[in-house]
Amino acid sequence: MTEPKEAIRSSVKADHHTLSVLVENKFGVLARVTSLISRRGYNIFSLAVAPTDDPSLSRITIVVDADSTPMDQIVKQLMKLINVLDIRELAPEEAVTRELLLITVHAPSDKRAEVAELVNIFDGKIVNVGFDQITISLADPPDKLDDFEDLVRPFGIVEVQRTGQVALPKLSRHPAVLHSVAG
Amino acid sequence: MELTGAQALIKSLEMAGTEVIFGLPGGCILPAYDPLLESPIRHILVRHEQGAGHMAEGYAHVTGRPGVAMVTSGPAATNMVTPLCDAYMDSIPMVCITGQVSTGAIGTDAFQECDTVGITRSVTKHNELVMRAQDLPRIIAEAFHIATTGRPGPVLVDVPKDVLQSTMKWYWPESVDLAGYRPHLHADPVSIRRAAEMILAAERPILYAGGGILKAHAAQALLELAELVDIHVVTTLMARGAFPDDHRLALGMPGMHGVYTATTSMQNSDLLINLGARFDDRITGKLSGFAQSAKIIHADIDPAEHGKVRRPDVSLIGDARLTIEELIKAIRALTSSGVKAPDRSVWKQTISGWQEKFPLHYEPAAPGDALKPQMVLEHLRDSAPDDCILVSGVGQHQMWASQYWKFRHPYTWVNSGGLGTMGFSVPAAIGAKVGMPDKMVWAVDGDGCFQMTNQELTTAAIERIPVKVAILNNSYLGMVRQWQEMFYEERYSEVYLSPELPDFVKLAEAMGCVGIRVDSPEEVQPAIDKANEINDRPVVVDFRTDESEKVFPMVPAGIGNDDVEVHEAQRERLAAEKAKRIANRAW
Repeated sequence: MTEPKEAIRSSVKADHHTLSVLVENKFGVLARVTSLISRRGYNIFSLAVAPTDDPSLSRITIVVDADSTPMDQIVKQLMKLINVLDIRELAPEEAVTRELLLITVHAPSDKRAEVAELVNIFDGKIVNVGFDQITISLADPPDKLDDFEDLVRPFGIVEVQRTGQVALPKLSRHPAVLHSVAG
Repeated sequence: MELTGAQALIKSLEMAGTEVIFGLPGGCILPAYDPLLESPIRHILVRHEQGAGHMAEGYAHVTGRPGVAMVTSGPAATNMVTPLCDAYMDSIPMVCITGQVSTGAIGTDAFQECDTVGITRSVTKHNELVMRAQDLPRIIAEAFHIATTGRPGPVLVDVPKDVLQSTMKWYWPESVDLAGYRPHLHADPVSIRRAAEMILAAERPILYAGGGILKAHAAQALLELAELVDIHVVTTLMARGAFPDDHRLALGMPGMHGVYTATTSMQNSDLLINLGARFDDRITGKLSGFAQSAKIIHADIDPAEHGKVRRPDVSLIGDARLTIEELIKAIRALTSSGVKAPDRSVWKQTISGWQEKFPLHYEPAAPGDALKPQMVLEHLRDSAPDDCILVSGVGQHQMWASQYWKFRHPYTWVNSGGLGTMGFSVPAAIGAKVGMPDKMVWAVDGDGCFQMTNQELTTAAIERIPVKVAILNNSYLGMVRQWQEMFYEERYSEVYLSPELPDFVKLAEAMGCVGIRVDSPEEVQPAIDKANEINDRPVVVDFRTDESEKVFPMVPAGIGNDDVEVHEAQRERLAAEKAKRIANRAW
């Protein structure tokens, strides 16, 4: 008997932590970061890396499966890496997140309109059209990409590629308040 | 000034203060060995790269300066993995230079190529692959800075052969600035004050001193703090020597094979003041049962140590010496404003009661019986000068050495604590003697350990490094034998070495050392006297000891520290003591 597959893959689980790690843009740094996490037996759920506006720095966005105590230890250990400049742990409610999905689905001519309608509802884009397949791109928070994947699954998914989540902290809607520091 | 990469490497090592390199040349590192001929740096040619690594560690242990090792690529680099990991676990400052195949050949499975930075990533504080000769001085300066500051550790610099052969314009960076590396030296003043208040309020406090005291040169500050607050001190295996064993407040080593009083006073304390220790599993025993009623003050320079094992009530992230000095000031301020510590006389009487009832104990050998290893150590200790450096391997002999030696000065104890590297002692003793040539250096080793690295005695003989080695030879892997006896129903599996082979006296003599064999108790002292008089070559004394002797006290793995097993002569007394405490509902 095969293990039943979860119909809906949830991207944002309680034990998923998003780390935004600012590192030096040098060879080997990504390996240092990932091996530190993997040697403790934690799986990296998703990973996105690219240079920042300062080309000497890169930002690594990592989503890790872990409960909170080892997470604290992982953050502290990562901070010890010489090439790591800063780490922010982003809680889902405090961050804006995006992920890019490229997905090719079966869409023979009689189904194409139906698929196109879904793409339209989700504000996606059809980026390539073949004889009986189309490729769609969609950039949204990961849970929305999950929804889309689930909805197009009945048409037949040919191939999926997701980039892994990137995130930035939500901005404050209030002016900064200065707290007095008691002596 | 234009230099080759090789010249720049050696000059950089000189600029960083290197006086000795432990190493062994080979293909890819060859270019660096040529300018070494003109360098004032002493090079000690080892017989195995692992030896170079442990020598660098021994040197660093006793001098506080980074040990430097230099070896070639591939197998040399993999042979260096054990010492690097050992230094990483015990926070030993070390800089290791490895040769690498030329940049163009990297990744082609070239002769003697291995992914050195990949292999050593998790056993170094930092490592770098140098791709341009121009970067060498900067990377070497950074390596020394990283190795010696913050929580010290090993740094590896991997240098491809063509980088050594190419040319660069010489410079030496005046300072090192690493955006991602700013060790936090000063603990938060609010936390210092809170810690001071807790120390004064505690009824059963214990100072729990770890290796960080020695790394931070904080032994003097610790002494001052202990005397100021009149609190007993336990010194972990890595902190032996950080507090004088003959001091009235010294309790010795706690933990799995710790002194009963040290382990038990921690276990019953209401405040553990952890200064540069890391709640190692050999200290805590079963964690859930460890010092359950104790609040925790944790001082450590490494933020990741805080809460890693035991959640502290107060975290002091900073340099141990600065932290203790600030604590002393805060305590003085509190006491001068009238804050008084509670009466701790009952607690102190309890501690001295334990000390009286449960001292270290062994049964002296009956006439005609085999030597007791503890007796050998007592004689060695009593014949050695005050500042003698003791180096040990890993196993029973290590525990006996830590238990029975009386350390009076910091930096007189060298051992492999975290990694537990058998074979550590011979090369580490050589490194220690190189660092402190005027001090007597005794290595205490087991016959199992000795057979792993004794080839370095040839190095010591040729280089005129007169270390002394005491082999506590019971022809067994003694600690494993002890576990098989106690926990595997005396089913001895693959622990018997041999009483005849090798002949350690002949082996020593073959390597240019003096070899002495000791079988009976009356031969012990004359042999030690003879060894202590020899100053022109290494000495190996093969003490034939009792195979059945076990290390006590002992807290078996996975058991809580409430259940210390003491020597059988003390067991009844301990049972009565426990019953009394339960009856009195004492802590």
